[in-house]
Amino acid sequence: MIVENAPTILSVKNLTSNVEGTQILKGLNLEIKAGEIHAIMGPNGSGKSTFSKILAGHPDYEVTGGEVIYKGENLLELEADDRATAGVFLAFQYPIEIPGVSNLDFLRVAYNSHRKARGLEELDTFDFEDLVEEKLDVVKMRAEFLNRSVNEGFSGGEKKRNEILQMALLEPTLSILDETDSGLDIDALKIVANGVNQLATEDNCTLMITHYQRLLDYIVPDFVHVMYDGRIITSGDKDLALKLEEQGYDWAIEEFATVGV
Amino acid sequence: MSPETITKQQVSSLTQLLNLREPLATEVTALKTLRDRSEAWVRELAIPTTRDEEWRFTDLSPLLNVEFNTAPSVDVKQSRIETCLLPEAPQSRLVFVNGAYTESLSDVRALPEGVWAGNVSALPPEKQEQLGDYLARHPNHGEVFTALNSASFTDLAIVWVPRGKIVETPLQLMFVASPTDKAMLTQPRCLVVAESNSSLTLVEEYIATTEGCPDSQGVAYFNNAVTEVWLHENADVNHVRLERDNGSAFHIGTTAVTQARDSRYRFHALTLGAQLSRHNIEVHQIGEGTTTTLNGLTLIGKTQTADTHSTVAYNYPNGTANQLHKCIVGDKAHAVFNGRIVVPQAAQMTNASQLNRNLLLSPKARVNTKPQLEIVADNVKCSHGATVSQLEADEVFYLQSRGLDKTTSENLLVDAFAAEILQEVPLESLRKAIAQCVACRVEL
Repeated sequence: MIVENAPTILSVKNLTSNVEGTQILKGLNLEIKAGEIHAIMGPNGSGKSTFSKILAGHPDYEVTGGEVIYKGENLLELEADDRATAGVFLAFQYPIEIPGVSNLDFLRVAYNSHRKARGLEELDTFDFEDLVEEKLDVVKMRAEFLNRSVNEGFSGGEKKRNEILQMALLEPTLSILDETDSGLDIDALKIVANGVNQLATEDNCTLMITHYQRLLDYIVPDFVHVMYDGRIITSGDKDLALKLEEQGYDWAIEEFATVGV
Repeated sequence: MSPETITKQQVSSLTQLLNLREPLATEVTALKTLRDRSEAWVRELAIPTTRDEEWRFTDLSPLLNVEFNTAPSVDVKQSRIETCLLPEAPQSRLVFVNGAYTESLSDVRALPEGVWAGNVSALPPEKQEQLGDYLARHPNHGEVFTALNSASFTDLAIVWVPRGKIVETPLQLMFVASPTDKAMLTQPRCLVVAESNSSLTLVEEYIATTEGCPDSQGVAYFNNAVTEVWLHENADVNHVRLERDNGSAFHIGTTAVTQARDSRYRFHALTLGAQLSRHNIEVHQIGEGTTTTLNGLTLIGKTQTADTHSTVAYNYPNGTANQLHKCIVGDKAHAVFNGRIVVPQAAQMTNASQLNRNLLLSPKARVNTKPQLEIVADNVKCSHGATVSQLEADEVFYLQSRGLDKTTSENLLVDAFAAEILQEVPLESLRKAIAQCVACRVEL
């Protein structure tokens, strides 16, 4: 939702970055205010996933220029875990499997790391179980998922639901959903989208990174951006996504090429 | 050194070890015959070198540089082993100190009537006479260290579960090394006979009475251990073997298992101790439809070497074997794994899987792994694999992105790596104790 006079949560200016010596981001600008839902769309290889990993602090991605200000602070100076406890959350395109660690333990350790960062007492196993059971409903997960190893043997849909469950627990200010819809059947997509919608408030914001317009039927964005060759080349409202669905990206790329040069 | 002088040293060192043999604690004809026969055989052998295929990656020369002595008899108070007693196995343990049966520390009152657990003299004479049917009967008993043990053991730990007997309480077998000022040689020998339809959970432990953490340094000693396990038809044995010799020790151990028809053997080999250790696991099938599960966890650091060689040899159809061996290797440590599974033509419908996974925690840690499947039968399902890796950056990042700091993330991943093995260990106290060691090692 667009809220009048809402504070800016994320401000990205002229961001450039290299991955293994190749420039991927070439001057990216983006501003997200509290309450807003943004979607970044674009063809494969445009730098969408790189951008999401840079925001979350993956050590393999080198920022070569520009700035990322999150709630008034320089986000790029923080380690990945400090960004997480400061309220940045990345829902992974491919969540990692961790055999040998129960989902419940993992969620509790993650939750308590946030409590600790805020100077709050950690929750014990029993209190945490009560809390997590409330949250399960957000993504329609059964309690037995908690006793299985993290993501091990989960289907694609279950993994994505597990990401949204973590989001529900950690209550981030900035949620980045990296290709959350890819590989999901329509039922799983509805559950995931419904979860994300329940968690959106006027105090937090969401950045969806997606290849497909389909997701935007269920999570309606306030802004849609087209990313191409490491830059955002055009922005609009949700109708832009529909136009992209019908006409593809070529017109936007051509328009950018004529105007941009 | 020329090859000739190396060979001479390999022979003379073995002879020196052999010359340390002492008389049997109980005179039993079958045992005497075995010892004498083995002695003659050992005199034909030498300590292997890295030119032997079976010892390619494990260099025994540090062993040759130590002069070993006979093990002194030492009075160990119960307080020294108290922390190692398993709460799940009250009044169910045999304790050997420096190779000698120690009655004052042993207690088998929890075992059901009819189960024999003790040393040779605790066994009725008719059972003593049967020992020759079980000892050194597995195909590879001529292997040099096994033969050295067969030539030199003075007593035996014996667990004999009669037909149909279900032993509910786990039995703890403790082989305690209590080294004094001189390097000693101990040669523990253990025989487990599970008669048909019987069931047993066994925890076999090699520990040292060292101050502080049992993994710390201490006086060097050489543990040359052999355990033979016989499962008769439809018997069920769940066997944990924990090697925690002190950080200066040498440990060479063989676990030789013989499985009759429909028997089920589950093994959990946990290797933590010794500067140099070698564990040979041999499973031989003498009937169809056997089930074998081999789990292993090697957890080493500093300059430790830990070598695991396993063989599962099939001869009959419809057998199942699942092996998962994991190594966590830190500092400059070196882990070796060689897993052999033999499936001849006679062993149709065998279902075997083997996986060796290694986690290197430091740039100087080293692993040599060699899965070795020898399959002749054509109607079988066999798989194998080996991985060697460091902690994955993407896995650490995933945890960090959820708020866990880097160290916590790394520790969690190492714990998880070990947990896959530990969660199968049938005793909770042991699972916890070893998990604690994993956590402790990672922080080093």
